[in-house]
Amino acid sequence: MANLTLVQAINLALAQEMEADDRVVLLGEDIGKNGGVFRVTEGLQQRFGEHRVVDSPLAESGIIGAAIGLAMAGMRPVPEIQFEGFLGPAYDQICNHAARYRTRSRGSVTIPLTIRVPVGGGIHAPELHSDSPEAIYAHTPGIKVVMPSSPYDAKGLLLAAIRDPDPVIFFEPKRVYRSFREEVPEDDYTIEIGKGKVVNEGSDLTVVTWGATVYQCLEALDKLPEDLSVELIDLRSIYPYDEDIILQSVEKTGRCVVVHEAPKTCGFGAEIAALIQERLFLHLKAPVQRVAGFDTVMPYYKLELDYLPDAPRIAESIQQCAGY
Amino acid sequence: MTAVTTAPRSIPRRPSAALPDEALLRMLRDMQLIREFENRTMQAYQQAKIGGFCHVYTGQEALVVGTFASVNHDDPIVTAYRDHGHALARGMSPRACMAEMFGRATGCAKGKGGSMHMFDKPNHLYGGHGIVGAQTALGAGLAFAVKYELEVLGRDLASGGNPKKRVALCYLGDGALNQGCLHEAMNLAGLWSLPVIFIVENNLYSMGTSIHRGTTSADDLTKKAAAYEIDGFSFDGMDILSLYDNFKPVADACRDDQKPAFVDIRTYRYKGHSMSDPQKYRTREEVEEYESKRDSIAMLAAHLMRDRACLSEDAWRAMQDELAEIVRDAVKFADESPWPDPKAELYSDVMVSPHPRMSPSGEYVEGACNPILEGQPGGGER
Repeated sequence: MANLTLVQAINLALAQEMEADDRVVLLGEDIGKNGGVFRVTEGLQQRFGEHRVVDSPLAESGIIGAAIGLAMAGMRPVPEIQFEGFLGPAYDQICNHAARYRTRSRGSVTIPLTIRVPVGGGIHAPELHSDSPEAIYAHTPGIKVVMPSSPYDAKGLLLAAIRDPDPVIFFEPKRVYRSFREEVPEDDYTIEIGKGKVVNEGSDLTVVTWGATVYQCLEALDKLPEDLSVELIDLRSIYPYDEDIILQSVEKTGRCVVVHEAPKTCGFGAEIAALIQERLFLHLKAPVQRVAGFDTVMPYYKLELDYLPDAPRIAESIQQCAGY
Repeated sequence: MTAVTTAPRSIPRRPSAALPDEALLRMLRDMQLIREFENRTMQAYQQAKIGGFCHVYTGQEALVVGTFASVNHDDPIVTAYRDHGHALARGMSPRACMAEMFGRATGCAKGKGGSMHMFDKPNHLYGGHGIVGAQTALGAGLAFAVKYELEVLGRDLASGGNPKKRVALCYLGDGALNQGCLHEAMNLAGLWSLPVIFIVENNLYSMGTSIHRGTTSADDLTKKAAAYEIDGFSFDGMDILSLYDNFKPVADACRDDQKPAFVDIRTYRYKGHSMSDPQKYRTREEVEEYESKRDSIAMLAAHLMRDRACLSEDAWRAMQDELAEIVRDAVKFADESPWPDPKAELYSDVMVSPHPRMSPSGEYVEGACNPILEGQPGGGER
């Protein structure tokens, strides 16, 4: 057991899985010698060699396309894309190819591919380096999307993703990379893809979120009156997502606020609100609220905190919903 | 890195001369099967038995048959959407291929992939691909795996046995020369010396745009390979024996030295880009010139009758009749095959682990899963 940051927990998971499975190969821009933009792969090339931790040219479509070819041949590639905005050049490979081979090939070709991507804002970066595109990929049949918010979850989810027979986009919230440490076991463990967790139990209102905003929500909970009991759910997997954990909680509370960084319109919160009205219409005591980024391009750092959902906005929305 | 040349460094005297008659007869048979198959495909399309879009291989048969004959069956291949010829020449049954286009459950992808997406893993065919040029990076990845088996794993991923020196064949049309992905893939292949051969099926037109209007260095495409320090070659693809003589040494070198190559193969498609192509971009005379004077099947049949004397007029006619019967049978099979069962197939094979909206019995359940609407008029089960 060690006290690790999110970065260190991911590094540990990669090292352990490379040790256990020689089909695991990492590729990406500057992941070897430099250890990656965020140093997530630090030391892995020294340990496993240039053939298994491959410094690739700056070519996202080529990286993901080659990784798909590797996966088709039976390997377990784990490419890194430096920032979520750089998924753009690889979009064709991910959505038109990786996602569809299983269907196209009648299940004979599977793509065990895990794409690691830093995601989200809050680190004073410009757009393309601060976006939250999880709903785009959740909307693509054939791809799984996960976004852990803690070092413990990150290790378990990454091991599950690499071992998963389907393509997985593994989003790593940049804001959490080095923001805190927690105990992460050395042992092998996985967290099932598609399972959320209750971060804070409560009975009056449900808050559903994922990624870095888990911590803004926790901060918001501190600002609420003591007699307001809020259940906070960290979804962890965006697709497939844990319908049961949401439905069980909202059936109990009758009120729900969804919080995410991505723009509000067609954000994944819309899916959750739709699920709740489909399934719990008669249990609802208030309309489902959404606290999200705005329908605009992520602003540069000076306005970043105006864009991102913060504790006061979340607390206000929770109180409105609770008082309805 | 080797300089770009327009011919292999050392050509043994006509490798095709060493091939037994049976091998050449097999080439003729494979080409004629594709020709016959595509004739029936066009007919079926016009009868509205094939949905979506359809791109036939007629005229280009020598290219796929000649290059396949130069490699081993377990060398992985990927190609673009004009892929019926690749599927048939690699060993897919004409029945499964035709049924796929008909959208029937007996197709190679249960009638869910269609004309452009022929997959056949047992025959090491990793797909036709509908996005121009996107398959080239996959070809690089398949070659990367070959190299990784040899240099890191020390075993064959599929069998667990000793790794083999294999070479990936990555087919692309001349239109793909202008797609960014090809250039990323060629750079990776050159940089990492991946055993992949980028084979340009240069039929002179990307849909309706002639190669001279669409790409630079159209008269010497090997210049594109030079930028990536990949050996580049340009061969005729209508005469299958000359193609085999030129291509075989390149394939052998890429396999032995585990390195890439780029091969521009000049070919010609007799039919339109797809079934709805008005063909305003070329003349009827140009098409007839190829059909009457440069047809690959006619050339090989003549060679086998005159020069090798291993084929009689009667035997050739019997072979054509036999293949016509095989293709007629494929059409009949497709016609009589069942449609995919929507309840069982709509959500199957999307992901390995069951789709969240699939019931344990494998049926899509959303319509029945909203307890609020159960028992309501128009609600509940669909």
